Amino acid sequence: MQFLLLVYQDEKVMHNLPKEEHGRMYAAYMAYADALKKAGVLLANHGLAPTTQAATVRAPGGKQSVVNGPFAETKEQLGAYFLIEVPDQDAALSWAARCPSAQYGAIEVRPVWG
Amino acid sequence: MGVKETAEAVARRSYGKLIAIIAARTRDVAGAEDALSEAFAAALMDWPQSGVPRSPEAWLLTVARRKLIDAARRRRAGEEAIPTLELLADEFDQSNDAAIPDERLRLMFACAHPAIDAGVRAPLILQTVLGFDAAAIASAFLVAPSTMGQRLVRAKNRIREAGIPFRVPERDELAERLEAVLEAIYAIYAEGWSDPAGTQARSRGLAQEGIWLGRLVVSLLPEEPEALGLLALMLHTEARREARRDAQGEFVPLNAQQPAQWDSALIDEAEAILFNASRMGALGRFQLEAAVQSAHAARRLNGGTDWAAIVQLYDAQFALTGSVVVAVNRAVARAELSTGSRGAAEGLAALDALTDAALAQYQPYWAARAALLARTGDGQAAADAYRRAIGLESDPAVRRFLQAELSRQ
Repeated sequence: MQFLLLVYQDEKVMHNLPKEEHGRMYAAYMAYADALKKAGVLLANHGLAPTTQAATVRAPGGKQSVVNGPFAETKEQLGAYFLIEVPDQDAALSWAARCPSAQYGAIEVRPVWG
Repeated sequence: MGVKETAEAVARRSYGKLIAIIAARTRDVAGAEDALSEAFAAALMDWPQSGVPRSPEAWLLTVARRKLIDAARRRRAGEEAIPTLELLADEFDQSNDAAIPDERLRLMFACAHPAIDAGVRAPLILQTVLGFDAAAIASAFLVAPSTMGQRLVRAKNRIREAGIPFRVPERDELAERLEAVLEAIYAIYAEGWSDPAGTQARSRGLAQEGIWLGRLVVSLLPEEPEALGLLALMLHTEARREARRDAQGEFVPLNAQQPAQWDSALIDEAEAILFNASRMGALGRFQLEAAVQSAHAARRLNGGTDWAAIVQLYDAQFALTGSVVVAVNRAVARAELSTGSRGAAEGLAALDALTDAALAQYQPYWAARAALLARTGDGQAAADAYRRAIGLESDPAVRRFLQAELSRQ
């Protein structure tokens, strides 16, 4: 089964991490992605630029509009994703628990349709 | 103590006992849980007015029994249980808590029956014997709450439909069936142990609940050496809980722990229990695991560790279980038989001989490999293995420890 792990964290908190912790976090992320790859479960992953660079498009009734910023103003923002292939939801959750961001934010685990 | 506190205390002490009594007769665990929770609700209404009854368990059992009979009549479907439930009233003196037998062991044997999926046995015991709700169990076992809820419901249906008996197995199958019960209890303990900082009260609680269940089994089956072995194992492990973190909350591996920080009372108790088990002359995996912990604990007395003895204990464990986890531990112990890079090379050779596919995701394998490679002086390979272990680790403190080790390569 394929699952999308959506990593949510507070951009401001992440931005303000002490330099040393930030470096450690980055290294842990590299190790995490590498472990996923070597375990043969990783299909795709990316980190996302902060939501200050986001724009949101809507077109209700065909009338289009664009606003700066993310789709929803929330405390935690989508910051990265991992698409993985694992036997079941339990396995997906155990990979989510290993994500370094679980310590700071939340990992939403969503099964992929089809 | 207020009425609410009394009710809660009774709930805690008696929940599993009352579930066991009812479910053993109806085989309907879910029905027993519903009836008992209604009985507790009734107690919270009634006791503030009439005072706490002299025999609260008997009071609750009587009310729960009545609720069950009402429910069976309403549904009609469960009517065949009514005579059994009516008999329950005659079976015990309903005014005396002391007359209510402890049938929790039977309940645990039903929960850990071979017809129940191995993965749901520990959650089922947590729920039925200790009254944990599905959401709390789900977090502890890292499973989605809805999934855990479904598994528990399915398991309870299975108990009813497959006619799983609520009894302590006969001598000829007791050892094998008991192992499943002990494994489930150990799984509960291990989930609590995996929160070493004890930051989550819930998981620290799970370790305590595991020990409590271990004590319960020992009190009901005092002549079973493996039950004693499991209890000794849990106590030995628990004795080192505080020593696993330094004052800053950083991870301290076993070889760097100060024996003075171990809980000597727990170790003494574990040693006495293990000694008692060993005199019964039936070795098993839990006694062997406890003996390994005992060998580590001996460091508090003589400052050294008898690695040859530990290797032998792992050999015996491996012969019994064939477990790859044991094989990894044994490889690490082998590396300690000789000093420096020679020992490390022996340990690595033992790790290299392992081929289980699950090792790709098994953090202790990579952490062990990394430490041994570092000892041989192969910094590049050690760094790769450390990174792998870091990527597989979910505890931030252990991750920081591994990152510090990595930076030394």
